[in-house]
Amino acid sequence: MGIVKATKLIFDYITRDEADNVEDVKRAINNLNIDITQGDFVAILGHNGSGKSTFAKHLNGILLPTEGTVFISDLDTANDETLLDLRKMVGMVFQNPDNQIIGNVVEEDVAFGPENIGIPTDDMWKRVDAALEAVGMTAYRYKSPNKLSGGQKQRVAIAGIMAMKPKCIVLDEPTAMLDPNGRKEVIKTVLELNKKENITVILITHYMEEVIEADRVIVMDEGKIVMDGTPKEVFSHVEELKKLRLDVPSTTELAFELKQSGLDLPDGILTLDELVDSLLPILK
Amino acid sequence: MLRDITLGQYYPIDSVIHRLDPRTKLFGTMIFIISLFIANSWPGYALATLFLVVAISLSKVPVKFMIKGLKAVLILLIISVSFNLFLTDGEVVFKLWIIKITKEGIRVSIFMGLRLIFLIVGSSVMTLTTTPNALTDGLEKSMGFLKVIKIPVHEISMMMSIALRFIPILIEETDKIMKAQMARGADFESGNIIQKAKAMVPLLVPLFISAMRRATDLAMAMEARCYHGGEGRTKLKPLKYKKIDIIAYLYYLIYMLICIALVFVFRK
Repeated sequence: MGIVKATKLIFDYITRDEADNVEDVKRAINNLNIDITQGDFVAILGHNGSGKSTFAKHLNGILLPTEGTVFISDLDTANDETLLDLRKMVGMVFQNPDNQIIGNVVEEDVAFGPENIGIPTDDMWKRVDAALEAVGMTAYRYKSPNKLSGGQKQRVAIAGIMAMKPKCIVLDEPTAMLDPNGRKEVIKTVLELNKKENITVILITHYMEEVIEADRVIVMDEGKIVMDGTPKEVFSHVEELKKLRLDVPSTTELAFELKQSGLDLPDGILTLDELVDSLLPILK
Repeated sequence: MLRDITLGQYYPIDSVIHRLDPRTKLFGTMIFIISLFIANSWPGYALATLFLVVAISLSKVPVKFMIKGLKAVLILLIISVSFNLFLTDGEVVFKLWIIKITKEGIRVSIFMGLRLIFLIVGSSVMTLTTTPNALTDGLEKSMGFLKVIKIPVHEISMMMSIALRFIPILIEETDKIMKAQMARGADFESGNIIQKAKAMVPLLVPLFISAMRRATDLAMAMEARCYHGGEGRTKLKPLKYKKIDIIAYLYYLIYMLICIALVFVFRK
């Protein structure tokens, strides 16, 4: 059984007027079934309003299903008693780097999670050291978070999650507010954690370049899964993706255009090297 | 620039006073303030002066930083000193028209002035040598007994430290909004006070909304990191009394005893 298992998940956003009468019901997630294997790097794509962030918030009980269930390992997210255990297991990194750092010093912020779950002080220092090392922020441990760049702040936020020793990290558009350098920094850190520490990563994003190295790509639209597979499989369907108002990585786009104009190229080319390798025999 | 502003007035340097536990410093400041109010004689004030001078020299903070705090209370100082000087009855030493200065008046006004000055300088010794965070921690720990009467001590100190973290961020944001409004023709500088206050509305509304949004985000992030109040919480840097703190407390005890003794010896 996988670490994340959602069955027939439905979630409605309900707007109420002042007298508490239901004004409007918007279905954000519509009958979603998903099963994610421990240790996988899963990317969830979708344009604004596709329900991807709403789904992410279901994974650690911030939002609870209107219908259906979400299980993390063997914990039901709707069970109030195991909520803390659940949140220990699933860490979450949000979009705005400023609004998720609580401490006034980097190392104190990293310790915030472990402090909440009552880790003894000696053990906590070890965890903080290890977490800062894992994201490569040890040199900044005594700095104030206000003096860090966006990418560095996100790495501190990831370290704060790592210090709680989770099995799974959910990143909800962690790079949306970063510059290209910061984006690379964060994605590299996440990839390393996934490979070295075997942590399940669920990355929610709309930057296509970030999902190339994922084990699995899930595309959502209107609260449903519309595509699910390896990056290669998903990006073979360039036209379908475009219909969903999603871009494809620029290399894939180029390969697609070349194919359209008559060159004999395979589907789902993701990297420049692949493209060069498939082009060379043709050009010779 | 705005990012680098220091909060409070912490003076970063290493000294004996800096190394003291924040609780020790809080308690010391309290003792000092109490001693100022029970002192009633020249030797009593001499002792308080000695205590303050020792504390300042141990803290290694330049005296001009200590004096800075006095500027804010200068007017209050002048008013209270002159009231005491001119309005106290007793043995007249100087008289001009309806203004008369008495011996008792001089005595009382000097004491009053010293009391105010020492009060401010004494508490700036504490704020200059303690980071706002350490101060918050110290307050949380030493006010812990208030939990018994249902005062949410942990929550208040958490609010204080979050406020400290967000002040620079909100200042930066104010700056940004101000520039955005100025780019669209808003005028924050000219006009009288009322016009200036009115000009602040288009600045405050977006700032307020954004602060609310940040608060929602932060609450969610804190919850996601298992925050569930102060119960069962451990600390990365728990406050621990060291040898130096015990010595400090001994000094406080001796100081307090001499103070009380002086009060009785020089009773009128």
